[in-house]
Amino acid sequence: MQNLGIDVLFKGTNSLRLLSGLWVAVRISLISVMISILLGLIVGVLMTSKNQILKVIFRIYLEIVRIMPQMVLLFIVYFGTTRVFGWNLDAELAAIFVFSFWGIAEMGDLVRGALISIPKIQYESAMALGMNGKQVYYHVILPQTIRRLIPLSINLITRMIKTTSLVMMIGIVEVLKAAQQIIEANRRSSPNAAFGVFAVVFLLYFLICWPISKLSVYLEKRWS
Amino acid sequence: MNPDVMISYLPLYKDALFLTMRVGWKGVVIAVLIGLIGSAILHFEIPIAKTVVSAYIQLFRNTPLLVQLFFIYFALPKIGVRISPEACGTWGLGLLGGAYMTETFRSGLENIPKIQFESAESLGMSRGQVFRYVILPQAISSSIPGLMANVIFLLKETSVFSTISLMDLMFTAKDLIGMYAKTIECLTLLVVFYLIMLLPVSILGNIVERRLRYAEFGD
Repeated sequence: MQNLGIDVLFKGTNSLRLLSGLWVAVRISLISVMISILLGLIVGVLMTSKNQILKVIFRIYLEIVRIMPQMVLLFIVYFGTTRVFGWNLDAELAAIFVFSFWGIAEMGDLVRGALISIPKIQYESAMALGMNGKQVYYHVILPQTIRRLIPLSINLITRMIKTTSLVMMIGIVEVLKAAQQIIEANRRSSPNAAFGVFAVVFLLYFLICWPISKLSVYLEKRWS
Repeated sequence: MNPDVMISYLPLYKDALFLTMRVGWKGVVIAVLIGLIGSAILHFEIPIAKTVVSAYIQLFRNTPLLVQLFFIYFALPKIGVRISPEACGTWGLGLLGGAYMTETFRSGLENIPKIQFESAESLGMSRGQVFRYVILPQAISSSIPGLMANVIFLLKETSVFSTISLMDLMFTAKDLIGMYAKTIECLTLLVVFYLIMLLPVSILGNIVERRLRYAEFGD
């Protein structure tokens, strides 16, 4: 495989470098997903409230997240806020902040959708059985909502992992950046390394995201 | 914030906006075409082609656009396939979008209850008529929300084109920040231009979605 340049990965610690880059990407996305799910649940419940002011605020928040590319948000936080406020922000922290900001909106919207998709008759029937408000939520609404939410939030994980590839733009050495470094370092000895290494990166992303999205589809089919 | 600086940057941003829009919309058109063909193949269960389409969907939905672009732009030339940055961006976006569009259209077709086919046939319609007058109108309206969401998603994804040296909005902003360090002015313009590009699409999406609700029957 000399001419396709996959051999580069077996030289020295190159494959280790690539994998540690992958770990950086996965770490950022896992932390962001956890924050998004926790805060997203709260935001989602708040979104169903009838308060007009809250409604307008969340509407604007959702629309910002929907329209602005994550890359622009990354630039604003990493280059913009540091310039305006003069603080020193770690790139990884900036990335987690941006992805959480995005994830909370996505998750909140999913929670809102799941909550309003439960027919009104469920509330009324539970009430008719003599349950109080808390019991209705705990025994009737929550189990159904969670069932609808789990496949969708698993889906959010794969989207988060895919989006982390953007963090190379603010100087974090994740898989793609590590791959570029390896290719540059071995430019003389194997000029075709770009093919092999990028093909492996492509495959790595696929191998991580594919099982997760399969799981989400499986759960969705089983529980619907 | 210095308004004079911002005004002097406007022409550069305008060019970048046109380039981003051109590549973005070309990509969207390719994506829709791939989606239509792909979902038809899946719906009519054409052997072999069906397997290829499913594999393509899985491969492109489970990898980031950035990685796909890097593969097309940096890796393919090593095996003799050389394309310009703009073509790479267009086709990268089109292929990514095609996978998403195929899924959207397919679920649009799948969501139509079987009873619709049977009822139409029992009224004496031919298969072509059933498809043209009963299935297609419902499939189109039920996949419009997904289609609009995909369009916004794809136009947003154009922000990664700067990595393959396409002079899009992101590239222009990054370049100007690097040269003159007017960070705040550049980022403000960046946000404004993305709004110019995407806000109309988002609003249009909301209007179209509301208009098409009539297709939902019964609930």
